[in-house]
Amino acid sequence: MTDFKVKGKVWLITDNNGELINDIDTDQIFHNQFLHITEISEMGEHTFGNLEGWENFPEKCNPGDIVFAGSNFGAGSSRQQAVDCFEALGIKAIVAESYGAIYKRNAINSGFPILIFQQINNFVKDDAIKNLDEIEIDFLAGELKNISSGKIFKINPFSKVQKDIMEKGSLLTI
Amino acid sequence: MPGKTVIEKIFTNHSKEDISPGKIVWIDLDVVTARDFGGPNVVKNFHKNYEGQSVFDQSKVFFTFDLTVPPKTIQYANNQMICRKFAKEKGVKVFDIDKGIGTHTLIENGLVPSGSIVVGTDSHMNILGAVNSFGQGMGDVDIAFGFRYGRTWFEVPETVKVKIKGNSSYDYSAKDLVIKALSILRTDKILGKAVEFYGDPIEKLDLPERITFLSMITEMGGIVGFIPFNNNTENEIKKMSGLDNIVPEIKADGDASYSEIIDLDISDIESMVSAPPYPHNGMKVSDLEKVNVDFGFVGSCTNGRIEDILKVWTILKGKKIKEGVQLSIVPATIEVYKQAFEKGILKDLLDAGAIIANPGCGGCAQGHIGMTGKGEVMVSTGNRNFPGKQGDGFNYLTSPEVVAFSVLNGFISDREF
Repeated sequence: MTDFKVKGKVWLITDNNGELINDIDTDQIFHNQFLHITEISEMGEHTFGNLEGWENFPEKCNPGDIVFAGSNFGAGSSRQQAVDCFEALGIKAIVAESYGAIYKRNAINSGFPILIFQQINNFVKDDAIKNLDEIEIDFLAGELKNISSGKIFKINPFSKVQKDIMEKGSLLTI
Repeated sequence: MPGKTVIEKIFTNHSKEDISPGKIVWIDLDVVTARDFGGPNVVKNFHKNYEGQSVFDQSKVFFTFDLTVPPKTIQYANNQMICRKFAKEKGVKVFDIDKGIGTHTLIENGLVPSGSIVVGTDSHMNILGAVNSFGQGMGDVDIAFGFRYGRTWFEVPETVKVKIKGNSSYDYSAKDLVIKALSILRTDKILGKAVEFYGDPIEKLDLPERITFLSMITEMGGIVGFIPFNNNTENEIKKMSGLDNIVPEIKADGDASYSEIIDLDISDIESMVSAPPYPHNGMKVSDLEKVNVDFGFVGSCTNGRIEDILKVWTILKGKKIKEGVQLSIVPATIEVYKQAFEKGILKDLLDAGAIIANPGCGGCAQGHIGMTGKGEVMVSTGNRNFPGKQGDGFNYLTSPEVVAFSVLNGFISDREF
């Protein structure tokens, strides 16, 4: 049985002003100098290696953590490594205001949970969700609970195709 | 039933299901490709999940090596070898390291008739909108599935209609036009949507200019863009593709429904650059403080056609680029390279101080033909200027003309000083 819920600590991918970064490009997530790497287990250490201020994310994060970002996350190239690197680190989900179109497909097709949380940056600015807060997400109900504060937020639930593919593992095993 | 937009018509022709925006549908694919970056993992996924099985149609599956060509490290050499071995086993064609950019090669080889659906491991696959087709970049999971089954799921995108208007006496290029459009549409107005562009400033573009403009839909976050044919477009497609008969243009119905209609006024357009770190950070050259340049790059899927190189030649012939400044020119394909050779413009460019590289994605991909050092400035005809994309410096995106004048003068400029 696929578990459509996840619980973990939040990493807010923010800039110097404490705002979630928008338009994070795949070259900032997984730089093109490492595109020769084809083993998922070798991809984790390069995650955010070209995103200013976040180069040491792979050392800071822990398996089970959840990543928060702004709009158009994963803009740019078609590289699957930009999804697989989070899988390699044991990141359990990504939550953002929106995603690059190809990134969205790549995540859904590899069965990696990505979620859309509209107005996410406003909640972050209001400190309703802070770095390292413990949260719980229900993918199907579209509910995000901040366990640290007890607050509950509505997010977009999984689409049907997202649920169907995650249930089978990936597009390749449906 | 309301009428259909271009993308809805193309989808309808490739699906058994009713097509309406927002709906998830299964679509048949005409061509499925992988490049030398995504390719090895496509092969790995295929072997792991479909061991011993064949690709869905040997005549519709291709590898197009265009990124690190020839391979510059043993790892890339091994990765290309993995793809060639798979291609041989499965009986599919490889457009190998000599051929150039995959999307352009597909057009030149007549593999993208009007109304086609083509997917590949290239985020600028949507340049195929220029030949009235739907191109979509995908990762290696998607493409492995496509190799095997020749179909995939799509969420039918909403279509936005963008009307470009505004009279300008300024002699602007297609690159200026797209940077201007990008600076207005940014990355949020058409995110995840298809776009139809109308209006004289865009409908008058020739085919290479359409490629330039539509390649940067990706940087707007859009899925694909379409421009109605003008009187010459069909002949230009015939000439570039070698196809004698082309499928009639797919046009939107008069009563098609759009999620939004945007009027885009370009009357104050001039020579434009996208200043780092974002492609949508467009500004006029005339508004820039003096920016000294270290590198110039002409090429990419956006500006790698012979027409782009000719513009540079017109400006640089008989002259020398500024001492200490470098210029690399990368033809999009081997056909473009041959055209440059036959026109006899290569010697003039070499005399001016240019480096002419073999065709491919070299300027953008992995610094294959050079990168900037810390703080250096590049003027580039590419389509992305994110930090670290083409080195450790600052990358200004612009037209071939501005690159040529900038390397001549030693600073970003749109005329000779």
